[in-house]
Amino acid sequence: MELSPFGTVLLFLIGGLAFLSVTLFAGKLLRPDRPNDQKLTTYENGEDPVGSAWGRFNPRYYIIALIFILFEVELVFLFPWAIVFSNAEWVNETNGAWGWLAITEMFIFILLLALGLAWVWAKGYLEWVRPMPVAKDFKGKVPLEKYKEFNSRA
Amino acid sequence: MGGFLDQQFGEGGIIVSRVDDLLNWARLSSMWPMGFGLACCAIEMMGTNASGYDLDRFGVIPRPSPRLSDVMIVAGTVTFKMGDRVKRLYEQMPEPRYVISMGSCSNCGGPYWEHGYHVVKGVDRIIPVDVYVPGCPPRPEALIGGILKLQEKIRNESRMKPVALEKILAKKKAG
Repeated sequence: MELSPFGTVLLFLIGGLAFLSVTLFAGKLLRPDRPNDQKLTTYENGEDPVGSAWGRFNPRYYIIALIFILFEVELVFLFPWAIVFSNAEWVNETNGAWGWLAITEMFIFILLLALGLAWVWAKGYLEWVRPMPVAKDFKGKVPLEKYKEFNSRA
Repeated sequence: MGGFLDQQFGEGGIIVSRVDDLLNWARLSSMWPMGFGLACCAIEMMGTNASGYDLDRFGVIPRPSPRLSDVMIVAGTVTFKMGDRVKRLYEQMPEPRYVISMGSCSNCGGPYWEHGYHVVKGVDRIIPVDVYVPGCPPRPEALIGGILKLQEKIRNESRMKPVALEKILAKKKAG
């Protein structure tokens, strides 16, 4: 009997389900089961769990991450491009025109992305938010001469 | 009815003892300790885990969570503040769980045995301890010795009912 490709997938599904249920059931039969409050609580290095697990991140980070991914993808595209760019057979066949075409296309691609970077830069998205502490105009009540006096005592 | 490992068997000697051997072998060959250290003993424990003494060869691999661990190595001074955490972490480990008390501080309070107002005088006052490793701090060889001792203890575990002991207890109760 010939199995169709989807028959193999079905066999995989059935096998996976069977494996999962048998192991879970065997575990249920075997394991000691003594739950208590301490054991059922969230593991937080022995501390009381505080707050929600859905922590918040600064959304500005998202933009930085997005730009990073963009240029990472650019790099990934450059590798296959480099392979076809250096194809000697094609270059020879077209009398060098292939190389010029490939490099122009790549420069257009990079230029578009660089334009995006320039736009992001101009918009100020690369500016990381920094704390801007304002120095207090603090005047000490002890005049500086007092310290001079103190130091000259010894 | 609990799981198989929660039960004790009165009969079926040969089969149960074969199963015992298998389970004990599995347990003693992969004792994963919970990775946590309390004081200077922890430095020795780290040294024992590192390449020089290489605890890996005993199947001892530190785990980052009590849910994955079998053994708790209490390495160092247990203060009352830490005691709550130690107790909770012990409770969060799945059974069967074992405790190695490493060093004088966790054995009996160590240098704080008399005047340390903040030190638990022996971790066995808050959680059950299987093996005590003496020393201040114990050398890695001593910790390995403790681990071998614990392996010995696990090797002798059984799911057979202690029939003889029960008889003696019944006799005592009657007499």
